[in-house]
Amino acid sequence: MRGRRRDSDLRQKDRGGITCVAIHAHRRGANLIQAFRLAIGTRGQFVSDLLQTPLHPLHLSLGARMVAFAGYEMPVQYTDGVMKEHLHTRRAAGLFDVSHMGQVWIRGGGAAAALEALMPMDVQGLPVGRQRYGLFTNDQGGIEDDLMVANCGDHLYLVVNAACKVKDIAHLRAALEPDLTVTEVTDRALLALQGPQAEAVLKDLNPAVETMRFMDVTDIPLAGVACRISRSGYTGEDGFEISVPSAAAEALARRLLDHPGVAPIGLGARDSLRLEAGLCLYGHDMDDATSPVEAGLAWAIPKVRRTGGARAGGFPGAERILTELTGGSERLRVGLKPQGRAPMREGIQLFASDIAEAPVGRVTSGGFGPSVGHPIAMGLIQGHHTTVYGELRGTRQPLDIVPLPFTPANFKRQ
Amino acid sequence: MKYTEEHEWLRPEGDLIVVGITAHATEQLGDIVFIELPEPGSVVSKGDEIVVIESVKAASDITAPLDGEIVEVNKALADTPATANEDPTGDGWFFKLRATDAAQVDAYLDEDAYTALIS
Repeated sequence: MRGRRRDSDLRQKDRGGITCVAIHAHRRGANLIQAFRLAIGTRGQFVSDLLQTPLHPLHLSLGARMVAFAGYEMPVQYTDGVMKEHLHTRRAAGLFDVSHMGQVWIRGGGAAAALEALMPMDVQGLPVGRQRYGLFTNDQGGIEDDLMVANCGDHLYLVVNAACKVKDIAHLRAALEPDLTVTEVTDRALLALQGPQAEAVLKDLNPAVETMRFMDVTDIPLAGVACRISRSGYTGEDGFEISVPSAAAEALARRLLDHPGVAPIGLGARDSLRLEAGLCLYGHDMDDATSPVEAGLAWAIPKVRRTGGARAGGFPGAERILTELTGGSERLRVGLKPQGRAPMREGIQLFASDIAEAPVGRVTSGGFGPSVGHPIAMGLIQGHHTTVYGELRGTRQPLDIVPLPFTPANFKRQ
Repeated sequence: MKYTEEHEWLRPEGDLIVVGITAHATEQLGDIVFIELPEPGSVVSKGDEIVVIESVKAASDITAPLDGEIVEVNKALADTPATANEDPTGDGWFFKLRATDAAQVDAYLDEDAYTALIS
């Protein structure tokens, strides 16, 4: 048995990218299982330089298969495996360790206005206790990272991608200090509890969570521990992200896992869940050359920052982004449903027909959707098509362009 | 039953050899979602990549363990590839091959040697 993946295997996949694949990464012809051992191995050299989250001992005790991910040793799956973990999250509730992601506080007068100079986002209009999805852009109009920004009253709270956090924090310091204080939060873990039972589970630890709506953020205790909770996530399900002091993280995680509806979920299912939910993965579905409009993220740019708005422009890459917001972009992220049963994975070239010579795009994320029961993908594509053809093992296979998400979102908006 | 170092099992059945992948391999691969099998009647050489397996994690190849002709394939795997996870050495078999030289089988690992390989 030989592993097939060759491209992109070793790229860091954040927020639960197909990291399992990163660990299968090996030369063509190398023995698959040897590749496993090499990478996930047995506390070998490969993993010795990796950081660990406060939940590392818990992962090991739960039988997790650990992989290298964004510089951390993280669980790609537990004993149930990706498929069951995915389905469990959609049916009940899943607990994810996302402590590798960056948590940042920005303090000081004018923080919201200063942050708006880095992002095409309405930070000044963000009410206390609310968070929004936003993007760091560059001068070329590409995306440097996607993140959450919350207004916590006397400071802004940012959650950024693990693979980008060093870059992001340097970017923030360079742009905002010394007028503002940028603090990387290194003494708190981050857990995500996701799924239709998440509210019922968390309510047992603090009934106040029941009153939270999608994208609310609040500081309340859970089981006596001061936590910051947002009603958000990366699965398309209702759920919460919980910032908890590192020292209390394992006890809280175990308390949540004691609930019969809660199972631990690894990065493998995190990736299939977000893909079904049509959510972008930084470094894959978008990167520093992909604009927000190309990435299908125009919805994240409010009117106030667009042409004609009270604070139009004034963010990196505004010229390109504002032009694309009105005139459209050359490429666009789309949902793709392979007509066949074979998954079409990241990097596959897409063509307008089964004989066309020049590609019109590529798959940016692809795999199998456990809840929908068929392969699913997203891609960046030029031009208008209803069907495109992906080159897979020497043959052209049709993929239909379909609306996103593949599974309807289940957020608590009211 | 014999085993290859690439985690295939080979089981003689009359004058044919039945081939599949081991439980260890399926555990490592994770949930299998797609299996592409060769055409019955195709003539294969040892080492040819003749089966593609896609799991939730990755794609892998299975090579022909012997020279010979593919006589029959497990068509049920097209609809229910997860059978390879659930019953890898039974209903999850991949193909039956008529070996050009059945003695080639003898060169592969026996159960003890395979167990040692994966332990």
